[in-house]
Amino acid sequence: MPHYENIPYPFKRPLELDGKSQQLYPVAIVGAGPIGLSMAIDLALHGIRSVVLDDNNVVSVGSRAICWAKRTLEIFDRLGVADRMLEKGVTWKVGRLFHGEEEVYNFDLLPDDNHKMPAFINLQQYYVEQYLVERTQDFPDLIDLRWLSKVTDEELEDEKVTVSVSTPEGNYTLDAEYVVACDGAKSSVRERLGLPFKGHTFEERFLIADVEMEQSPFPDDETHERWFWFEPPFHNGQSALLHKQPDNIYRIDLQLGPEAYPEEEAKPENVIRRIKQVVGDRKFDLDWVSVYSFTCAKLDRFIHDRIIFVGDSAHVVSPFGARGGNGGIQDVDNLGWKLAAVLKGAAEPALLESYHEERSHGSAENILHSSRATNFMTPKSKMEAIFRQEVLNMAEHLPFARKLVNSGRLSAPCSLADMALQTPATSPTSIPPGTVCPDAAVTQNGKRGWLLNHLGGEFILLTTGEAAKEYDPEGLKKLHVSASETDETDELVDVTGTIIAEFGENKIYLVRPDQHIAACFDLSEVECLPTALRRANAGSMMEAAE
Amino acid sequence: MTEKLTGEDKLKDKGDDFYELLITAHEGLEYDESVALNARLVLILANEIGDIEVLAAALRTATDK
Repeated sequence: MPHYENIPYPFKRPLELDGKSQQLYPVAIVGAGPIGLSMAIDLALHGIRSVVLDDNNVVSVGSRAICWAKRTLEIFDRLGVADRMLEKGVTWKVGRLFHGEEEVYNFDLLPDDNHKMPAFINLQQYYVEQYLVERTQDFPDLIDLRWLSKVTDEELEDEKVTVSVSTPEGNYTLDAEYVVACDGAKSSVRERLGLPFKGHTFEERFLIADVEMEQSPFPDDETHERWFWFEPPFHNGQSALLHKQPDNIYRIDLQLGPEAYPEEEAKPENVIRRIKQVVGDRKFDLDWVSVYSFTCAKLDRFIHDRIIFVGDSAHVVSPFGARGGNGGIQDVDNLGWKLAAVLKGAAEPALLESYHEERSHGSAENILHSSRATNFMTPKSKMEAIFRQEVLNMAEHLPFARKLVNSGRLSAPCSLADMALQTPATSPTSIPPGTVCPDAAVTQNGKRGWLLNHLGGEFILLTTGEAAKEYDPEGLKKLHVSASETDETDELVDVTGTIIAEFGENKIYLVRPDQHIAACFDLSEVECLPTALRRANAGSMMEAAE
Repeated sequence: MTEKLTGEDKLKDKGDDFYELLITAHEGLEYDESVALNARLVLILANEIGDIEVLAAALRTATDK
């Protein structure tokens, strides 16, 4: 009996079904998973209306994506849902890596006091989707979320896309300026367009199971651990992973090997037998089981005319490193402000091309890391197995070998340096353009807060140091970080000194609406700012205010 | 001399790049060919290191003596 109760969302008869609506929607989003819902919320925060079409009427069945990385949480925070996720989620604290019976090493995953968000939390996809659905309800005029509405066709025309929708009460069409395909790894939008989805399929089978268990398998009930085994003593596969989700649910991943029979392995009696080997005599209930193999693949082009692919529809990776869902949320973060600017006429459609450039690069990096982890977990020859074995044997004592052990390189945002929108820095003493702005504790009017909560949504000039403070060009929002307490109510105070230390003194940063640094200048270079701003908007002049 | 190497990480963020190159070099080889490739690689790397003290310590570290 699954722990989480999926409550169906109601089908609401849309005006189009009765021929009462001829309106042109700015954006039609296909798919109401974490990516589609986040996309709708991000667009709504920019004042852009969207209709979200999903063929189903419930949130995720099964926990599915559960590991959410710091950058994702920062994005969710900008979207206004992170607090609930943090409160419900299990924050990672300790990771342990075992080889057989032996612990090879452990590592600290404790949150950084100077960042609002922890490195990772575990939270079932159904909660993430539920919180996002509830957040969309804050935008009744901007987000039209339609359940049981299956998109069956999209027809590209000069100025719009006509989308065909099938519902329990009949079929209709609606027009949208852009279609954003967030319909997952098996994207039917991608299929209908006949786009090749090139990549590598791994033969290895994995079994994931969620079990509900009162008694923690970890030594200390309060310290949430994440245990990874190579050659676990309790099953004959190559690897295993055990970690905790909210509601006393534990996720167990078992690598079964390519010869496993999925149907046989997924039988409850077989799953239960395997889980007993992991958790011993503790009482547990089986909550959800899935046997899977996976593919690493991506589209050549993320944008096809007025149809844009976001998340798994554009790229899929193996789960090691948690780069699937996290990569998709970064797509949303990257696309939201650009699509909004184009729809408002504040930027040329050329700005969208940078979404492809930046996120195609990001997904290629995710695929590289996850493919390498998969290869490390699945040696394909005797020699490869020997190399793996010896890396593991040396890892306990030799730090270099520990670095080679690859159970997944955890999701981290890619650098957008040297890409079209970023202006290379002339000074080496700054945070490089293309990087996500690092978070830091700040105060404003004596109240504690976080730097990232003051950035995002629009272009912002961030200045540090007394000399840079005076620089205040027209038409751009400005945010000054002061090294010491100040009477200025709109300034931030760098309470721990880390902002001045990391960002440098008397610097001027141009921060994009997605909190990435587009450019950084010394005070002597301020005449370059207008050019950098035009560049960050793909050449177009930006309208002053949102 | 009984000193061993500390095994400090010198490849830094290129560790995964190296491992991939190494595994790719062995792809498609018969086991004996792989062993021969390793032998050549050890000899080439030893020459590149060019320091008998370091090589002796590396051998002691690898043989755990």
